[in-house]
Amino acid sequence: MGLLDLDPAVVARARRLAARAAEPVVSIAKAHTTVAVERATLRLAGITGADSTHRAGDVPWVNRVVDTVREHCGLEHGVALPAFHALRGGGFGSLTELAEATAAGQVRYVLPTGRDRDRAERAARTAVARGVRTVDRNRAQRDRLVARLGDPPQRPWIYLIVATGDIDEDVVQACNAARAGADVIAVIRSTGQSLLDYVPEGATHHGFAGTYATQENFRIMRAALDGVSKEVGRYVRLTNYASGLCMPEIAVLGGLQRLDMMLNDSMYGILFRDINPIRTFVDQRFSRQVHARAGIIINTGEDNYLTTADAVDAAHTVTVSQLLNEHFAHEAGLPDALLGLGHAFEINPALPDSFRLELAHALLARELFPDAPLKWMPPTKHMTGDVFGGHLLDGFFNLAGVLTGQSILLVGMMTEAVVTPLLADRDLALKNVRYVLNAAGGLAEDFRPAPDGLIVKRAHQVLGEAVDLLERIVDDGLLNAIADGTFGLMKRPADRGRGSEGVVEKAEDYVNPAAELLEAGA
Amino acid sequence: MSDKRYVRPYGDTTGDGMVQTSFTLPIPHGPRADGAAQQLANRMGIDPAMVVHSSPIGEDFTFFVVYGSVRHLVDLDEVRVVEREYPLLSPAEVNTSVKKLLRRKFVVVGGCIGTDAHTVGIDAILNVKGFAGEKGLEYYRELRVVNLGAQVSVPDLVRSARAEKADAVLVSQVVTQRDAHVLNTQEMSAAFREAMGDRRPLLVAGGPRFDPLMAGELGVDRVFGRGTTPGEVASYLVHAVRTRRGVAA
Repeated sequence: MGLLDLDPAVVARARRLAARAAEPVVSIAKAHTTVAVERATLRLAGITGADSTHRAGDVPWVNRVVDTVREHCGLEHGVALPAFHALRGGGFGSLTELAEATAAGQVRYVLPTGRDRDRAERAARTAVARGVRTVDRNRAQRDRLVARLGDPPQRPWIYLIVATGDIDEDVVQACNAARAGADVIAVIRSTGQSLLDYVPEGATHHGFAGTYATQENFRIMRAALDGVSKEVGRYVRLTNYASGLCMPEIAVLGGLQRLDMMLNDSMYGILFRDINPIRTFVDQRFSRQVHARAGIIINTGEDNYLTTADAVDAAHTVTVSQLLNEHFAHEAGLPDALLGLGHAFEINPALPDSFRLELAHALLARELFPDAPLKWMPPTKHMTGDVFGGHLLDGFFNLAGVLTGQSILLVGMMTEAVVTPLLADRDLALKNVRYVLNAAGGLAEDFRPAPDGLIVKRAHQVLGEAVDLLERIVDDGLLNAIADGTFGLMKRPADRGRGSEGVVEKAEDYVNPAAELLEAGA
Repeated sequence: MSDKRYVRPYGDTTGDGMVQTSFTLPIPHGPRADGAAQQLANRMGIDPAMVVHSSPIGEDFTFFVVYGSVRHLVDLDEVRVVEREYPLLSPAEVNTSVKKLLRRKFVVVGGCIGTDAHTVGIDAILNVKGFAGEKGLEYYRELRVVNLGAQVSVPDLVRSARAEKADAVLVSQVVTQRDAHVLNTQEMSAAFREAMGDRRPLLVAGGPRFDPLMAGELGVDRVFGRGTTPGEVASYLVHAVRTRRGVAA
């Protein structure tokens, strides 16, 4: 550690600025709720399933209930009190029966008062606590399995993506990938799921360039990986995406089905999916609280900035975003060990010294966040149909990963941006990783960049630019900086974007037992 | 050189026909697998074929690398290529062209019309996230994109196009039950003709079941089918502006 000789005062200053930039946004997040947070609460309380008789196709019961409560008495008090009051008052046997009756138009939701209110609150807390206990049990079960089967024998952990669109095919591919050496399996979601304001139901078999994230798909894949974990003698982790309009619900489903990692970025949805900034920050805070409870490692999405902006010019925006993601994560209760902060190998290979610059950026992230399981993302922007050149570039990416002590390595494919990887492409990519790990896995021990060399100087420069940018963000306000196109070149005003209609300012007497339990960590 | 009619691949000697290829067969590694690879290479026209590498992928698959000489000749007189009538431009080139041609931003209004709720296509073209490794139109500095999302009614689309002073309107149609995609698009183009006449924006329709030859029938300027990337659409928009300008000048 300490190869870059970063000034601790500058690092502390960067963190202080990130905290100050984030502060107003955290206040906004605390003062609001969203339809997705309320739906996630009901999912924790035990509502599952969907209304299959609706003319628009399957509508999850949580959507029916939350929409109806909002219509009848607003969401500013939270969904829990009206829902649990109606549950008791209508003599329904379960929340699902209540949901069915809601869909049939037989329930009139009101905000209970006095003793009714106390009773509803107690019932809601009991139900939600049951869901939280399931999340806790899953976390304990993961710990037991890791203790019994073991973690991967090496760092970085090898992270592979499957994406067939059909959960059954995904299972076959994931198990084969694990046997071939993958430590982490990510199931990419169907294109556009992030923009759906509901979570699809059941096992699914026809996604677009990915497979829908559903509770049942989560269960199927986790069960399959538990099987293959025993076979390969190490705990194989499962990743999905808590992003988009249903971030909090996906987080809950991940906790209920023992997922191990979740893509969860503080700004990705805003910048790349044009989701309303307030909606994103509210949803993100709740989802990260759930992840903290579930012991799920988040993966942030800084790699995406470098696919739009230039990887050298915008290197400091990655650092700024990492610092912001770190602060938001800490604020939501996530410890360093669960912060898979992202960064990527995206510098134009035609640029002189491109590899040295990559090392500088990667080492900077490593030294700024020594205890975080950093996620190292492979080249995509400069991958072309020249698969041979791409394979070499991936080799250098792997080398940079081991040399700078990255924690989670997303395996680069030479067919990136060409075709969905063939079986042989994936095998060659894994061989590439294994070769580099075997040949140079311990090279970090001998790697001492010259104190006045290009790598050290570049790292200092990027950190300095990051501090300057953070100062500007503190002066402008983070929401204004996002509106002005500071990150990934996208301009996203706070009052625009998808899902803004789902944001509700909390009333004084807002009640959410899930938020309370998660906040207290009890 | 240019009057040469027949050519063969070049390895290190003119006319040697050498190629290199790799593939996977769903059989366990071993001499029998190598023989199978040899046979496949021969049937592909590689003869003699050298299986220079074979390795197992799990228990049930084998990967091969083959070098060899192909028997085939290429007859250059028989080569037919469809020339795209416009060049594919990079985002930077699109931005520069728009700046030069319009001296302001080019406005794109997009959405899924009718009851269609499948925004996969329009989002792949418009969202920054993009498609097939290409960023969507939102990424282009000189394009101003207004994505109206799903289930936009035709009157709303016309109103928005007018309010935003749209230069181009992109509609996406995925659902094809009872030819909904055709009827919706025709309704849309008729509405624009009626409301704005010759001053209507460029109309572009896209969807997996559209045939690019249907533009006339649909009353739109251009139709994009399955697999279209944002870069193709952006390049077309520049081409269309240039053509319109050319006519006007």
